[in-house]
Amino acid sequence: MSGQQHSTQLQSDGRVPDGTLLEVTDLTTHFRTERGLVRAVDGVTFSLARGKALGVVGESGSGKTVLSRTIMGLLPSNAVNSGSVRFAGQEVLGLDAKQMRHLWGREMSMIFQNPMVSLNPLMKIGKQIQEPLHIHLGLDGRAARETAEQLLREVHIPEPTKRLDQYPHELSGGMRQRVMIAIAMACGPTLLFADEPTTALDVTVQAQILELIGEQRRERNMSVILVTHDLGVVAGHTDEIAVMYGGRLVEKAPTRELFANMKMPYTKSLMRSIPKLDDPSHTRLLTIPGRPPDLVNPPKGCRFAPRCAYARDKCLQEEPPLVTADTSPDHVYACWYPVGSPEFRERDAEIMATITTGVELGGTR
Amino acid sequence: MAGTGTAHLRDGDAVLRVEDLVVEFPIGRHQTVSAVAGISFDVMPGETLGIVGESGCGKSTTGRAIMQINEPTSGSVVFQGRDLTELSPEELRSARTKIQMIFQDPISSLNPRRKVRDSVKDPLDIWRRGTEQERFDLVDSVLEQVGIDPARAAESRPHEFSGGQCQRISIARSLVLDPTMIICDEPVSALDVSVQAQVLNLLEDLKAKYGLTLIFIAHDLAVVKNISDRVAVMYLGKLCEVADSDDLYARPAHPYTNVLVESIPVPDPEVAVTRAAAIGEPPSPVAPPSGCRFHPRCPNADELCSTTEPEIREIAPAHYVACHHPNVTPVTIGS
Amino acid sequence: MSLPESPATLAADSILEDQPSEAMATRRTLGVGFWIAIGWIVLIVLAAILAPYLGLKDPDENYINRDLGRPPYPPSSEFWFGTDNDAKDVFSRTIYGARVSLVVGFAAIACGMVVGGTLGLLAGYLRGWFDRVISFVFLVLLSFPALVLAILITALLDRSLRTVAGTLGFLSIAPVGRLARATTIQFSEREFVLASRTLGAKHGRIMVRELLPNVLIPMGALALLGVAVAIVAEGALAFLGLSVEQELSWGKLILFGSGSRDLQEAPWISMGPILILFLTVLALNFAGDRVREYFDVREVSL
Repeated sequence: MSGQQHSTQLQSDGRVPDGTLLEVTDLTTHFRTERGLVRAVDGVTFSLARGKALGVVGESGSGKTVLSRTIMGLLPSNAVNSGSVRFAGQEVLGLDAKQMRHLWGREMSMIFQNPMVSLNPLMKIGKQIQEPLHIHLGLDGRAARETAEQLLREVHIPEPTKRLDQYPHELSGGMRQRVMIAIAMACGPTLLFADEPTTALDVTVQAQILELIGEQRRERNMSVILVTHDLGVVAGHTDEIAVMYGGRLVEKAPTRELFANMKMPYTKSLMRSIPKLDDPSHTRLLTIPGRPPDLVNPPKGCRFAPRCAYARDKCLQEEPPLVTADTSPDHVYACWYPVGSPEFRERDAEIMATITTGVELGGTR
Repeated sequence: MAGTGTAHLRDGDAVLRVEDLVVEFPIGRHQTVSAVAGISFDVMPGETLGIVGESGCGKSTTGRAIMQINEPTSGSVVFQGRDLTELSPEELRSARTKIQMIFQDPISSLNPRRKVRDSVKDPLDIWRRGTEQERFDLVDSVLEQVGIDPARAAESRPHEFSGGQCQRISIARSLVLDPTMIICDEPVSALDVSVQAQVLNLLEDLKAKYGLTLIFIAHDLAVVKNISDRVAVMYLGKLCEVADSDDLYARPAHPYTNVLVESIPVPDPEVAVTRAAAIGEPPSPVAPPSGCRFHPRCPNADELCSTTEPEIREIAPAHYVACHHPNVTPVTIGS
Repeated sequence: MSLPESPATLAADSILEDQPSEAMATRRTLGVGFWIAIGWIVLIVLAAILAPYLGLKDPDENYINRDLGRPPYPPSSEFWFGTDNDAKDVFSRTIYGARVSLVVGFAAIACGMVVGGTLGLLAGYLRGWFDRVISFVFLVLLSFPALVLAILITALLDRSLRTVAGTLGFLSIAPVGRLARATTIQFSEREFVLASRTLGAKHGRIMVRELLPNVLIPMGALALLGVAVAIVAEGALAFLGLSVEQELSWGKLILFGSGSRDLQEAPWISMGPILILFLTVLALNFAGDRVREYFDVREVSL
């Protein structure tokens, strides 16, 4: 699929996309372990246009982190890949570290979940920002320092001149994450991976950091892949969302389309498990029972079926293919009885009925 | 904010009544920092009190000060009629069996080298409750209630369980001594949303079953709102606002509560992303701002706020706020 | 970190972090190498204990053989490691020498573990003035040149097995103690210790039940390395003529064979014991390393 023509212009303020930046085709990443082959990413296909933001959503163990690491070429030696990752038209899967080094920083960079451990505690902030400038752009001395200061200003760090000579421990968590973003931005990458960038931060700071990433994306016409377990985080900050489960892509759609017409019961369940401010307190949360599948022996049929309240015999036997939704040509999902189908509605009515009775009995609504 | 005062304390028999709690930590040689700077609150039997605020606001310190893990510098913590700050170590040891605590990091909450069933049984061993067989029976029944297979718990160590399961095990451990109150310190913030919902529901169920009183400390307002009857908002060691959960979210009176409410990401792309309402991050508690501690970040602040600390006052029935210029005027609410 | 220079630094564990933990749990084994190392150590220990019953040549007998001319005799089917200048069998002497070397090694570390471990655990848990005193004592012990101390003690007292083992044990108190203290502090900050306290556990129980099992793992790994160090240290003392009197040890055997003429003309006299010493120290180091890795359970939130 090509996201180029169809992607919404949601958060991109009408910038003209410069074509497809990233094309991932049938990508698999398996790890050889003593327990057997861990199928962390199992046949994932998607593409991402320049300047767009893609949210990759899933629980722990869904393969979302491994997916982004695979694209970055940051895998341990026991990993086995197949498929294709084309970055700006060039195949990057299988490049060695030496070749990837040309891409890291300059074309792709990454920010991590925990800003507390992602910075070198013994190196001044300024030095850490100048390092990529030196390696990739050959900037030195004053030029590098000035650029570093400019970068800090762009990520809205107050008193940037002073910060250059400070050490990471002198900054708060939010400030450190801003420094991480400044470092990631140093060489003007075209693709930024943000792996749970706000999970370790307070809600108030989280909003500011997501805003900052969005702002940098628009200014630099950069693509962003935002990896998270929280649908709330991606809703306002992405153009498209890919939902992963058990190493597979199970639903992908433009953000508005996804929230308007969720097809996968898994996506729906994830959505329903988030406590909402509009609901009165003590509203019973819908949960997804059980836990993500064992990726060494994934279940037969649909991988979500064992935990799915809407699963039927067919789901446990046959694996559903990715199909296009009737609501939008860009919307794909893998489910035999998607949300809205008669089978789904029938089961949903039963479930809602039990919940309501449960509430009456327990009195906890 | 930065309110002092006790206007919001209720009459009647609270399980826990905290008054003018101050917790100071030494930093450096002759300096101290007040992590908690004079807060008061009470919790009624069977109630869930949510305490919410950014990191560094003193919410976890408050929880630990109730347990006397961090010794309060001043103030009283009256639990079931006894002031915990005045008990001897031995009295405190036994009083504490009635208050239990659950921590944020589920994996670190359990001894990595012990089988989890033994960890859950440990409190019973410490207090020599019943026979060995009775202890195991009780442990197994509690484990089953939190959704952990006792047979597996007898065989496995914490790292063989997921984060959500470890949190369930910690909850089981806190239940075996049949406590009156459980203090939950960010119990779900390290968990995935789907697992978070399971743990929240579990806490609700156990609360109903065991008649527990809960203090639920978290930075995520949506979570706090879901589980709490009453919510206290903290900022830099002070209370900002105390109100019934639904009321607080429907009519946040304190500008800071408003900031917190608006920062929650709404899982709906149709809702315009609110520009991050708060500017920057909280200042350091080492040198807190004068007057109302929130005034440097507050949109409503004026001169009064920078000089005078607001007292907590009732602006609507059971809705208390410590602010000179609350967002909702008392008249509108009162009508 | 946006510039990962070496992807190799990303361990398999870190990337598998978002795997269900069951996948991690059964993944660890000690590996074949560990069992080979342990096998070797057991073999040496057994050989040392059972030396008189193995039908070895008498280590003190002069096996002069007119046909072979003047000793030393090179390794042969009769003398596996050759003989020394007095026609004594080097192989047999090496096996008997293992007795002193191993006893010194293990006894020294046992002493360090018990004394250092206890002090370190107490200091790390209790903190305060006790910790300051103990830490200072450890620091002083570490600052004192170990070899000089060992020479002083053995020179002043006697050169019995007990004194040599005790001296090396004394020297191992500080390193073991410091490790125990650091590990205790690290685990004391974990919530499970706090939880145990709030559940009413007393200090003794927390130290023995909660902390000790966690502290023993890195200490055990260090102990295996420590045995190796002590064996080598005993060799160094022997080299200075300060090891156990009357008895053979690996260090003494190496010393006997390391005259410059011997090294040139009959290197086997020292090479036999050197080889066994080397293999044993290597096995201990390797096993210690594997133990540490094996128990290095990832406890990050999953």
